[in-house]
Order: sequence, then structure tokens, then C-alpha cells
Amino acid sequence: MDQHLEQSAHAGHAAHGEHPIDSVRTYALVLVVLLCLTIATALVATIDLGFFNIVVALGIAVTKMMFVIWFFMHVRYSTTLTRLVMVSGVLWLIILLTLAFADFATRGWLNVLG
Amino acid sequence: METAAVLERETYLNASYGLKSWLLTKDHKRIAVLYFITVSIFFAIGGAFAGLIRLELLTPQADLVSAETYNKLFTMHGVIMVFFFLIPSIPATLGNFFLPMMIGARDLAFPRINLLSWYLLIGGGAFAIFAMVSGGVDTGWTFYTPFSTSYSNSYVIATALGIFIAGFSSILTGLNFVVTVHRMRAPGMTWFRMPLFVWAHYATSLIQILGTPVIAVTLLLVLCERSFHIGIFDPALGGDPILFEHLFWFYSHPAVYIMVLPGMGVINEIVSTYSRKPIYGYVFVAFSSMAIAVVGFLVWGHHLFVSGQSLYAGLVFSFLSYFVAIPSAVKVFNWTATLYKGSISFDTPMLYAFGFIGLFTIGGLTGLFVASLGMDVHVHDTYFVIAHFHYVMVGGTIMAYLGGVHYWWPKMTGRMYPEDFAKLSALLVFVGFNLTFFPQFILGYLGMPRRYHVYPPEFQVLHVLSTAGATVLALGYILPAIYFLWSLRYGKVAGSNPWRATGLEWDTPSPPPTHNFDRIPVVTHGAYDYSHIPGEEIEVG
Repeated sequence: MDQHLEQSAHAGHAAHGEHPIDSVRTYALVLVVLLCLTIATALVATIDLGFFNIVVALGIAVTKMMFVIWFFMHVRYSTTLTRLVMVSGVLWLIILLTLAFADFATRGWLNVLG
Repeated sequence: METAAVLERETYLNASYGLKSWLLTKDHKRIAVLYFITVSIFFAIGGAFAGLIRLELLTPQADLVSAETYNKLFTMHGVIMVFFFLIPSIPATLGNFFLPMMIGARDLAFPRINLLSWYLLIGGGAFAIFAMVSGGVDTGWTFYTPFSTSYSNSYVIATALGIFIAGFSSILTGLNFVVTVHRMRAPGMTWFRMPLFVWAHYATSLIQILGTPVIAVTLLLVLCERSFHIGIFDPALGGDPILFEHLFWFYSHPAVYIMVLPGMGVINEIVSTYSRKPIYGYVFVAFSSMAIAVVGFLVWGHHLFVSGQSLYAGLVFSFLSYFVAIPSAVKVFNWTATLYKGSISFDTPMLYAFGFIGLFTIGGLTGLFVASLGMDVHVHDTYFVIAHFHYVMVGGTIMAYLGGVHYWWPKMTGRMYPEDFAKLSALLVFVGFNLTFFPQFILGYLGMPRRYHVYPPEFQVLHVLSTAGATVLALGYILPAIYFLWSLRYGKVAGSNPWRATGLEWDTPSPPPTHNFDRIPVVTHGAYDYSHIPGEEIEVG
């Protein structure tokens, strides 16, 4: 292996680190939870909750996302830095949604075009 | 004799030969050279489009091209320059080459991913070029809906796919830089000993990683609506066209900082080297890069002031836009303070740095004009805006890029360029740039809208000045292309540290060996410490 690749490879291995692997039972359980939540999404879609239609659908979706990130993507075993990267992604999504919705929510306040 | 000595030593350039050794290389320096050639070609293509635009605008009538062709010219100019030149320019070439060397690493953390990044840019570029030769695209580089999704008959999908693919190149480069800075610093290279070039690239990488996926998703949504009529942006299908603008500018405003932050990093190195002083307020400058990266994500709505966005949201975005000027001003003030009582020499890179500071300041200050709710109503979509962002992107980024290429050319190639011609090119670029774009501020203020190929005759004088300036600017860009090629063969052999600069990249021979350093360096002092660099002997009294 090239000398310069050795240093890179070393960094790569160190980055992965050693961490425990979840049992098949845990993965199966998470899968069942995800399938149940998917069914819940489909069922809720048949009921008119008014304003809460989107809130409930997004709530279930976020819950599923957290399960995938936490278990399947092994974030529960990751370093603080890796978790920080994940949180940053979510935080940036919140920035996008908050400031964009600041427009949508207030667009009708004045009866003129902005 | 010197030439023979250079050839005998193994460098990254002569370690292996043949096309395959380049196309399958994992050496960050060779990949940087591949990027350098690639973005230079894209710059030439984008520049040719700009030349045609300026030629058409010499007269008030439509002489050279039709309205449709003109729309395609300015669109392809914008697409090529923004996505295939400006965004990859400094990070993928100078950053790729020097970031690992500056922190004492032998390569980036993921060399194969680095090569993949280059292939992704080539793949994305291939789609864009296919769109160009097949008939072009006419939406403007901003792809505003519903025109791009419902009405344009041009190659929107191919171009958007090209940008989508190139976006992954940008994300992967950013990811590579972040991991490299975190995990590959040499012993003793603490965060606050890193050169500010590295800090700037770290901040840029965060924007690339956090922002680029949003433009990728946005363009995919455009494709979904255009191809499958899924209602997202088209009001007729239940969508909202302003949603597109929110999503597009969430990335594309921070993208300006992807372009200019690495340039600021280059300017730090140049200003310090040619005034022989550490950068004043190092920590403030380092954190100002991070502040720009974060606050830059909060200002996108200033592009939507007259698009139908809520006035209340506009007020918030206007305030935040003023706020982002603070970290940018920190940098400009600190460079100026660094120059104070410095031992300044006016070599070519420093001329470009002076150009950058002046032009970026004008670009930044006119940004405050367009961030103001009232003023923006008057100048929105006029040549004032064109002039403003060219002062930032061309006056800023390209000046810094050229300054950086001159500064590190001896290190990259082992050859010196002819200094007199280089100074002339810097002068031509500065004069040509101002002659091209300053009249456009006046044109815009007087009401000349952007993206029109015919205009009232009273605007012709300013347009002729602008076209004349573009000609001078083109000469300023062609000249370095000639003397850089010339220097590869005939240039004076460069020593390892021709500028007596600090930084680990100057501690290794020019051009560097494949593994950068014979031994991984141990860092014992901060960046810009000139106490251990021999000074120039001067006569006193």
C-alpha cells in the first residue's frame, strides 16, 4: 500500500472504531416497530384530523427516522462528534423550515403583495 | 544544472507516467491538477458565453443573436461559471493541493473519494455540455418556476441533472476536508495553529455538506414536476412557486460563501506573506469564517423581497442580511490592520490580494443596498444586482483564485512565472474588471433590467464601456494562461520557499514528493510565525 494511503487508511479505521453490534432480535424488533408506524401512517391518512393531518404524519415520519438513525445507522454507538454532525443536519432542516414557514404563515397578514 | 537536479528528484509529477497514472491517481496533488485543468476549461467556456453577451450588448438593437439565443447564452454562462467553475475553483484545486500539506498530512482522509469527486464533476459537466450542444437551456441559472417546470422548451432536465451530479462532487470534497482536518493534523498542529486558509476551507466544507443536498432535492422536485406533473411549485397543480425560491436560495445564497470563503483563506496567506506579519486577530478571523458559514444560511430571503414573500419575513431576512456583513467586515479590517507597519512587497499575488480587498469591499457594501427592503424594490433584477454579485464573485473569488495560483505556482510546478508579465496581467484584470462592471452599477440604478438583449439607446455608452472593459479583462485572463504554460518549460527553477513564507507546504521541496514530506512534521509554533524564517538583508541608515 502506498505510504500516503497508510495514513489515510489508519484515519479511516480509527474513525469507524470498534463498537458492539446489536443482536438480530433488536434489529427485528426495530423493523416491526417501523412496519407498525408505516401502517399507522396509512390508517391515520384515512381520518380527517384537520390541521393535525400534517402534524401527525410528520410526527410518525420523524419517529421512524430516529429509529433508523439510532439503530440501523449505529448512531447510539457513535462518538459525540458524529452525533453533533447528525444534530447539525436536523438543526439546518429546522432553520430551513422555520424561516420558510415564517413567510408562508405571515403572507396573509397584510392585504398587499409582499 | 538546476534543471537536471529537479528532474532527478522524485516528485509527484514524475513519480509515474502515462494517462492512466493520472486518471486513476489517488494523490491529492495530481487530483488537484486534474481539477485545475477541468475548471480552467469550464472557465474558458463560461467566459466565451460572457464574451458573446457583451458583444450583443454593444448596440441597443438585437444584432448578433435572437432573444431566445440570448436567454440561452446568459443561462449557460451562469450555470457553467457558478456550478462548474466558481464553486469547485479554489477548494478543489488549491484546497485539494494544499490543505493536507498545510496541516502536515500525506493526503486527504479519503483519497479514492477524492478521485470520485473529480469524476462526478466531469460527469455533471458532461450533462451540462450535452445540454449546451443539443440546444441549450434558457431558464437563467436560477431555474425559477413555473417557467422551468411548465413553459421552457429547452434542456432543463439534462442541465439540472448535471448540476445534481456535480453537487455530489462538492459534498464529497467538503466531507473529505472536514474529516482530514479533524483526524489527520500533524503532531502539534492544534486548531489554533492551523493556517487561516484551512479554517476558511473547513467553514466552506460545512456549507457544502449542509447546503448542497437541498439544491439537489430542489432540482429533483423540478424534474418531478416537469416530467410527471406532480404539483409542488406550479399553482395550477396546487403548488407554490415561491417555495422553489426558498429552497433554491437556501443553498444558493450560502453558495456565494462557498465561492468567496476559500478566496478569503487565500488572501490571509498572501497578506501575511507579503507584509511579513502574522494576521492581526487570528482567532477573530478564524471564527469569522465560521460565523459567515452559519449566518450565511439565515439570509436567503433577501432574494425574495419582490417575489411575493411576506413583508414580515422580508423584515427578518433584511435584518439578518445586515448581520452577515459583520464577520465579513472583521476580515477586511483585520487584513488592513495586518498591513499596518508591515514590510510590504508588491509582488503579483499581493497585487491580486489588494484587488480582492478593494473589490470585495465594494461588492459587500453594495450587498447592503440590495439587502435593504426599500432600495431593493428599485434595483431588483437590474444591472445593479449584476454588478454587485460580479464584484463579489469575480472581483472577489477570481482575484483570490488568480492570486493563489500565482502564489503557489512555484510550489505546484517547481517553476517561477515571469514576474513582469504577471504584474501586467494583475493590472489588466483590475482595470478591465472595473471598466466592465462599474458602469453596470449606474446602468442598474438608471433602470436597465437584467436579462434583456435590447435596451433604450441612452444606455449604449455605458454598455460600450462595459464591453470594452470585458475585452481588457479577457486579455488579463489570457495572459497568465500563456505565461504559465511557458513557465512549465522555460521558467526559472523555484526553490522550496521562494517567498520566504511560513506554512508547512513551504518546508517541502518544489514540486513536492508524492508523500508530501519525508517525515511527518512536528509543529511547535503557530501559523505566520516569521521568527524562524530568514529575512531579507536591508541597508539601514
